[in-house]
Amino acid sequence: MKVNLKVWRQKNNKAQGALKDYAVDGVNPDMSFLEMIDVLNEQLISKNEEPVAFDHDCREGICGMCSMYINGRAHGPLHGTTTCQLYMRHFKDGETIYVEPWRSKAFPVVKDLTVDRSAFDRIIAAGGYVGVNTGQAQDANTIPVEKENAEKAMDAAACIGCGACVAACPNSSAMLFVSAKISHLALFPQGQPERKRRAINMVDQMDEEGFGNCTNIGACEAECPKEIKLTNIARMNRDYLTATLIEE
Amino acid sequence: MAQSALFKSSIGKKFLMGLTGLFLISFLVIHAAINSMIWFNDGGETFKKWGSFMGTNPIIRAMELVLVAGFIIHIVDGLLLWKQNRDARPVKYAYSNPPAKSKWYSRSMGLLGTLLLIFLVIHSAHFWIPNRMQQGLTDWHNEINLYGRMLEVFKNPLVVAIYVFGCISLFWHLLHGFKSAFQSLGVNHTKYNQTIEYAGIAFSVVIPLLFALMPISIYFGLVN
Amino acid sequence: MAELNSKIPDGPLGEKWNYYKEHAKLVNPSNKRKLEVIVVGTGLAGASAAATLAELGYRVKAFCFQDSPRRAHSIAAQGGINAAKNYKNDGDSVFRLFYDTVKGGDFRAREANVHRLAEVSVNIIDQCVAQGVPFAREYGGLLDNRSFGGAQVSRTFYARGQTGQQLLLGAYQALERQVGLGNVKMYSRHEMVELVVIDGKARGIIARDLVSGELEKHFGHAVLLCTGGYGNVFYLSTNAMGSNVTAAWKAHKKGAYFGNPCYTQIHPTCIPVTGEYQSKLTLMSESLRNDGRVWVPKSREDAKAIREGKKRAEDIKEEDRDYYLERKYPSFGNLCPRDIASRAAKEACDDGRGIVASGFGVFLDFGDAIKRLGIDVVKARYGELFPMYQNITNEDPLKTPMKIYPAVHYTMGGLWVDYELMTSIPGCYSLGEANFSDHGANRLGASALMQGLADGYFVIPYTVGNYLADEIFTKEIPTDHPAFVEAEKTARERMTGLLNTKGTKSAEQFHKELGKIMWEYCGMARTEEGLTKALGLLKDLRESFWKEVRVMGEFNEFNPELDKAGRVADFIELGELMVLDALKRNESCGGHFRVEYQDGGEAKRDDENYRYVAAWEYKGVGVEPVLHKEALNYENIKLQVRSYK
Repeated sequence: MKVNLKVWRQKNNKAQGALKDYAVDGVNPDMSFLEMIDVLNEQLISKNEEPVAFDHDCREGICGMCSMYINGRAHGPLHGTTTCQLYMRHFKDGETIYVEPWRSKAFPVVKDLTVDRSAFDRIIAAGGYVGVNTGQAQDANTIPVEKENAEKAMDAAACIGCGACVAACPNSSAMLFVSAKISHLALFPQGQPERKRRAINMVDQMDEEGFGNCTNIGACEAECPKEIKLTNIARMNRDYLTATLIEE
Repeated sequence: MAQSALFKSSIGKKFLMGLTGLFLISFLVIHAAINSMIWFNDGGETFKKWGSFMGTNPIIRAMELVLVAGFIIHIVDGLLLWKQNRDARPVKYAYSNPPAKSKWYSRSMGLLGTLLLIFLVIHSAHFWIPNRMQQGLTDWHNEINLYGRMLEVFKNPLVVAIYVFGCISLFWHLLHGFKSAFQSLGVNHTKYNQTIEYAGIAFSVVIPLLFALMPISIYFGLVN
Repeated sequence: MAELNSKIPDGPLGEKWNYYKEHAKLVNPSNKRKLEVIVVGTGLAGASAAATLAELGYRVKAFCFQDSPRRAHSIAAQGGINAAKNYKNDGDSVFRLFYDTVKGGDFRAREANVHRLAEVSVNIIDQCVAQGVPFAREYGGLLDNRSFGGAQVSRTFYARGQTGQQLLLGAYQALERQVGLGNVKMYSRHEMVELVVIDGKARGIIARDLVSGELEKHFGHAVLLCTGGYGNVFYLSTNAMGSNVTAAWKAHKKGAYFGNPCYTQIHPTCIPVTGEYQSKLTLMSESLRNDGRVWVPKSREDAKAIREGKKRAEDIKEEDRDYYLERKYPSFGNLCPRDIASRAAKEACDDGRGIVASGFGVFLDFGDAIKRLGIDVVKARYGELFPMYQNITNEDPLKTPMKIYPAVHYTMGGLWVDYELMTSIPGCYSLGEANFSDHGANRLGASALMQGLADGYFVIPYTVGNYLADEIFTKEIPTDHPAFVEAEKTARERMTGLLNTKGTKSAEQFHKELGKIMWEYCGMARTEEGLTKALGLLKDLRESFWKEVRVMGEFNEFNPELDKAGRVADFIELGELMVLDALKRNESCGGHFRVEYQDGGEAKRDDENYRYVAAWEYKGVGVEPVLHKEALNYENIKLQVRSYK
């Protein structure tokens, strides 16, 4: 099959970018979307043109590195998948496909489709952890955890930090990402001592990074490749409000 | 606990939005209930009785200030949110095709809010502002005949259309706002979500419908 | 150059590590603040080491080539992590875990290291739970375990099919905590391109800022290489696209010996290659073999018909199917170890009975399981895996058998390290998959995560202290020191060389060619003839690479093509070393199978002549490296032949 691409090309962070047209022929329906871009890049190199820069690593949907806004959707049209797990059979022969980088003030474009998501790291550094040094731990089975809570925590912890929530949100809000980590740790006994401090510090850092605000639209949940739930945002709101309004 | 500037923070803004939203929702209930008295069709007797109670009771009048503050906070906060959210994405997508799960009205709360604000100005100019002008600071019992004024104003089909349009905006605004307020306040629980969801839909339908029926019934002479 | 001294402490096996810890030198807190440690790579080993050393008070600089330390490929591990907790009361113990690991490694691992690994395995679980890692739990609220990879005890802890992800995020969060506290300076999108050695000691690295393209000089009192395995030398593997050998290879070139490079693990259950465009192979969890039956048609005609699409799996009658694992290994059947299952699949396909278009694929059939357990049970048991398979292949394994084939998964070989995890360059350490140490010739399932975290959380904090205690008077060496300048120049020249070659073929094409050579001659079955041929092919490939490669873009910019070309260049050189190592190891053991050395199709080890670690010393490009041997002494274990018949 053949596809017509409109790919965002931008030399670097300072340069102006624009959509550029490319036709890719001989696309196999069993190819992943990234493999199709590989084919495009080989074509470009053979024509002495610069290949498209894009982030990718594990190509099995877990590292969270791939990040393309495909045909108006974060990670493309398929629900609950990353770009690397999107296969060309989901496109029509001759289809025109828009490929853009994540768009957010907090995710500046590095080059072409590559963006800088270090804001997420800084949010985690602000409080997304349990403050336990190596060697301080007691025996793992000393503290039982309700299975239901462990499962909910795991649901939240499944976040891969790809930033699709920010990309999909009309406000480019990062609340799904932040709340997933706050929820994960809030649901464990181990996370309790820092629970309120964590909520405050992570939310403050999130605000500092320039993300938009959540208006409960739900696009993040709909586009999250790991299907993280909006419930987490409510839990974060609760923790944050408790910490700021009620605690001394 | 660490001091975070609650109302400067994103969640603080959401919280204010939700809180004032729910407060305004409670106002809508009272407003709709009292206005519905026109359907007694008793020449506005019942309506006038309750209407002047609301216009002259000192406690209610004091609450009115809170209401005005609620509106202002809701509007200003909304504008701040809109600005923050617009600034958060300086370069827009060339092509956007949002998932079906994210509803257009949820994505358009700013627009719906603006429409409602315009409607609010028109609506206040029709009734509330002239009435309070006549009452002045001291002469509370010197109210204008609101009932008569309604009959007068809603003779104009254009005004009726504007009111109906305002109610439709209110419907969409509430359809998102009702349950969104709970989410912002941190109320999201599998046991109660369905209830909140249905209550939200029912509320968004019933209240704007009641309001819309008022000018319509007056225009068609069902109330006189 | 340092001689091979593994520095194993004296004393009985079970007391060596304690003895070491009790006698290792300490660094006082005020001195720790003056000591800088460079950590390259932020997977399980790197992130845990960086976090732990920072907690102790060292100044740490951590580097990763990805955009965030959380992306390291440890994240992709599915199955679980072993620990000798004996929570199931089923007779597990430190000794048993130690024994299973040495045996599983086909008696090519160092006893003392493996025992230490088994000892600290229990601390890892404690640490991770304290961090909030969401391991699977029972209804009583305590941790759940499962049996994995044919182990007789249930010692594997897991977090759904995402154990690696959750453990890595635990370590990543610990690391970010130290970043937030200012104890770690994090350098994301940075790649180490040279090791700086001054007066025989590792003193820093040259790193390329992948965004600006600039070369940076970083001083460190010690350098820790936690850069993972080199499975991508095969081009197609289950590794991430960015996984590479570059950092380890640079250290090798500066004097660090490379241990057992030929030991590679081929995982039997991956999705087969479908076309030339394919960039990576996807692993399907080993657990599928619990219920799935592996088969190919008995006749080549049937197989050909399936390949050509004239017949379907369902058309082959029961009596015409060859359930070859069950036939060959009646006692273990479909559950035999990875190396054995992989080789059997290759044999069936080489016999012309493969069932995918390329000829390289076998069936993994759930038909019987569905009949026996019902479709709902099977669906529930493999909840995440079946949809994943269907998404990739567009076939429903509930309706038609899965198609699988072995793929490169893990490399047991790596930088040679002593008991302290120090390479043969003083001050340069290697942790996790990047070193050669604990898995011998074959790694058991759920042991990789254990090793990475053991090295980072519990071993290196002691051993690096033992070295740094003597470094407290070493002042920070200014990076205008000639060694830094020289290393920077080497790196710059190499990269500008790549850019200026302006040939006709992309680095990707060379990588594919390299992969084909490696897979063909140094893959699941190796022969003297094939390996010798491969040596020639690789030499040609190396030479043509430097004449023919085309790298677009510029030096001083974000240029993934240049990054890739540098990595491919190193992979080619490594490939030559792997082939040489495979050629010189005239025996079959674990992941290394030499066709000449077998016993009725089974691997035949030669303990008398090859019971050693092959540690190779670099002598220059195209110059034969020097082999150093570290004899492996088994004092606590009796060597035996692995049999799964």
